[in-house]
Amino acid sequence: MGSSAYISLENVVFSRSGRRIFDGISLDIPRGKVTAIMGPSGTGKTTLLKLIGGQLRPDSGSIRVDGHEVPRLKRTALYALRQKMGMLFQSGALFTDLSVFENVAFPIRVHTNLPEDMIRDIVLMKLEAVGLRGARDLMPSELSGGMTRRVALARSIALDPELIMYDEPFTGQDPIAMGVLVKLIRDLNSSMGLTSVLVSHDVTESLSICHFACIIADGKVIGQGTPEELRAHESERVQQFLQGQPDGPVPFHYPAEDATTDFGLGGKV
Amino acid sequence: MLDHVRALGRTGIDVVVSFGRSGQFLFGVLRGVPKPAVGFPLLVRQIYSVGVLSLAIVVVSGLFIGMVLGLQGYTILSDYGSESAIGQMIALTLVRELGPVVTALLFAGRAGSALTAEIGLMKATEQLSSMEMMGVDPLRRVISPRLWAGFYTMPVLALIFSVVGIWGGMLVGVEWLGVYDGSFWGNMQSSVEFVDDVLNGVIKSVVFGFVCAWIAVYQGYDCVPTSAGISSATTKTVVYSSLAVLGLDFVLTAVMFGNF
Amino acid sequence: MAQRTVESIVGLFMIAGLAALLFMALQVSGLSPKAAESTYTLYANFNDTGGLTPRGRISMAGVTIGTIDSITLDKKTFQARVKMAINSDVDNIPTDSAAVIRTSGLLGEQYIDVSVGGDMDSLKPGDTFYTTQSAMNLERLISNFASGR
Repeated sequence: MGSSAYISLENVVFSRSGRRIFDGISLDIPRGKVTAIMGPSGTGKTTLLKLIGGQLRPDSGSIRVDGHEVPRLKRTALYALRQKMGMLFQSGALFTDLSVFENVAFPIRVHTNLPEDMIRDIVLMKLEAVGLRGARDLMPSELSGGMTRRVALARSIALDPELIMYDEPFTGQDPIAMGVLVKLIRDLNSSMGLTSVLVSHDVTESLSICHFACIIADGKVIGQGTPEELRAHESERVQQFLQGQPDGPVPFHYPAEDATTDFGLGGKV
Repeated sequence: MLDHVRALGRTGIDVVVSFGRSGQFLFGVLRGVPKPAVGFPLLVRQIYSVGVLSLAIVVVSGLFIGMVLGLQGYTILSDYGSESAIGQMIALTLVRELGPVVTALLFAGRAGSALTAEIGLMKATEQLSSMEMMGVDPLRRVISPRLWAGFYTMPVLALIFSVVGIWGGMLVGVEWLGVYDGSFWGNMQSSVEFVDDVLNGVIKSVVFGFVCAWIAVYQGYDCVPTSAGISSATTKTVVYSSLAVLGLDFVLTAVMFGNF
Repeated sequence: MAQRTVESIVGLFMIAGLAALLFMALQVSGLSPKAAESTYTLYANFNDTGGLTPRGRISMAGVTIGTIDSITLDKKTFQARVKMAINSDVDNIPTDSAAVIRTSGLLGEQYIDVSVGGDMDSLKPGDTFYTTQSAMNLERLISNFASGR
């Protein structure tokens, strides 16, 4: 592992409102590669991203990003570190009162003192990269779901970050928009040398673009490796998740009392 | 029985916790004053949406309340043959009480609820989170200008309310019911004190403005980020602001006009 | 909306607020621009001040010439000592003038009326009125009348 890991989590424990979400999770995310984190809904994949971004603090354990111990950083240092991170939220999270252009320009205006014509050039370059240069004057409410996500992507790369985190980028997208996003994620990674973390439960798309993948369930990593390694994984739970089987180690039925007694068919009156 | 006691205790703890959190929140907002170059345009924009856009409802309500005061005051005072004291009555009730209080209630309904809904929606659509991830503190960028806008606009709105109300009262009293113009203003001027009445009214409205804006932004920032959460936060903003305004009004009135 | 437009509207809004404050000051509270008028102090001792209060009005021939500063009890004579602030331009109150507590209307508030004497000398700052007339106490008047005294 060592120097090639850009993010490393060690024995991270995190619980929220009494429920333990991560129970000593350890994970390394290599520099300059696309890493997919997969798992059933409700396993805290988004929470994992928030822990990496320092929006939440773990109960114990260490989270290192580029050598910085995130939970121990002071506010100023944390905000400085976040300028090196980009995050694509599930909903896009565009500022609804600003146009597409201003949305992409926002981080540049806040963090730099560049002259207006330079900001314009950067913003148009970023919008060109996601293919939406022509949409610069639209308001977020006029965009389709796929376009919203692409604008948000342009905004998160506006400051040329070292790390970009995608939170469920494929959810609720039509096949064309999904294909566009897959292409964009791959292109951005190869052209800018970004470290990318992709959180998703779309197995096919994720495995098609990631270099490494890891599957979490019940607060633990249940399997990790390259896509090929995972496909050949011997764990039943991994296989159930990857192939989308309805019943298996993760039961189809939510725990309940025995059906015969519940329906009153047990013979007792 | 014990369950009820426990429920009461839990409610008490919740209330104390939420007070503590809102205080902590306020501290965070006040500490993070944005740089003037960045903060000033944001503040101006918020004064526009919080203050200028509330102007219409404030002016219309002020006019009607002033006219009603004129009518009611005339019917009551003319029984004692002292309808010329109507100016004094209208001015004192407006300047001391109705101006600050009614404006604050209107503000809570018009601007406060809008602030809560706006911030709650920004939270629900992860805009606040994404701002944080961009290395921008939402307390500084989003909350602080809105809080200060409430602080600055409320006294202006309350003063405009009182002036329009007095004008409305004059319209009814002098123009319509025929109270002598000179005694209307003269009585008013001899009984209204600038420092004791007008400035105290302004102080009241500054306090109300701050409290209303604080409640509104806190409820928005702290809401459960779902549509049900936002609607309940909006309701809470209006209810809590109104209660806080009326309660504080009593305290402030006792301190300012209570002669002790 | 462009930032410039917003700024101008907000500017107008603030000006409207200032204008409202000015209106309150001049038209509603009748604050004259020469705000703090200079005054000098006179005293008067009364047996009974009735409902007289500080900040009450002092008038001469119906014109307000000053306000009541404070009302204290003189422990030696057991009289009330009223400290009055008289406007400096009224500097020729004759020394034999009397301070009389009157009521405006039947139920109105009480004020001090200075009834002018004929002396050539004037009261100087710090002087005390020689003649005073206490508040008319309606209740006492009636009881005196009833008991025939």
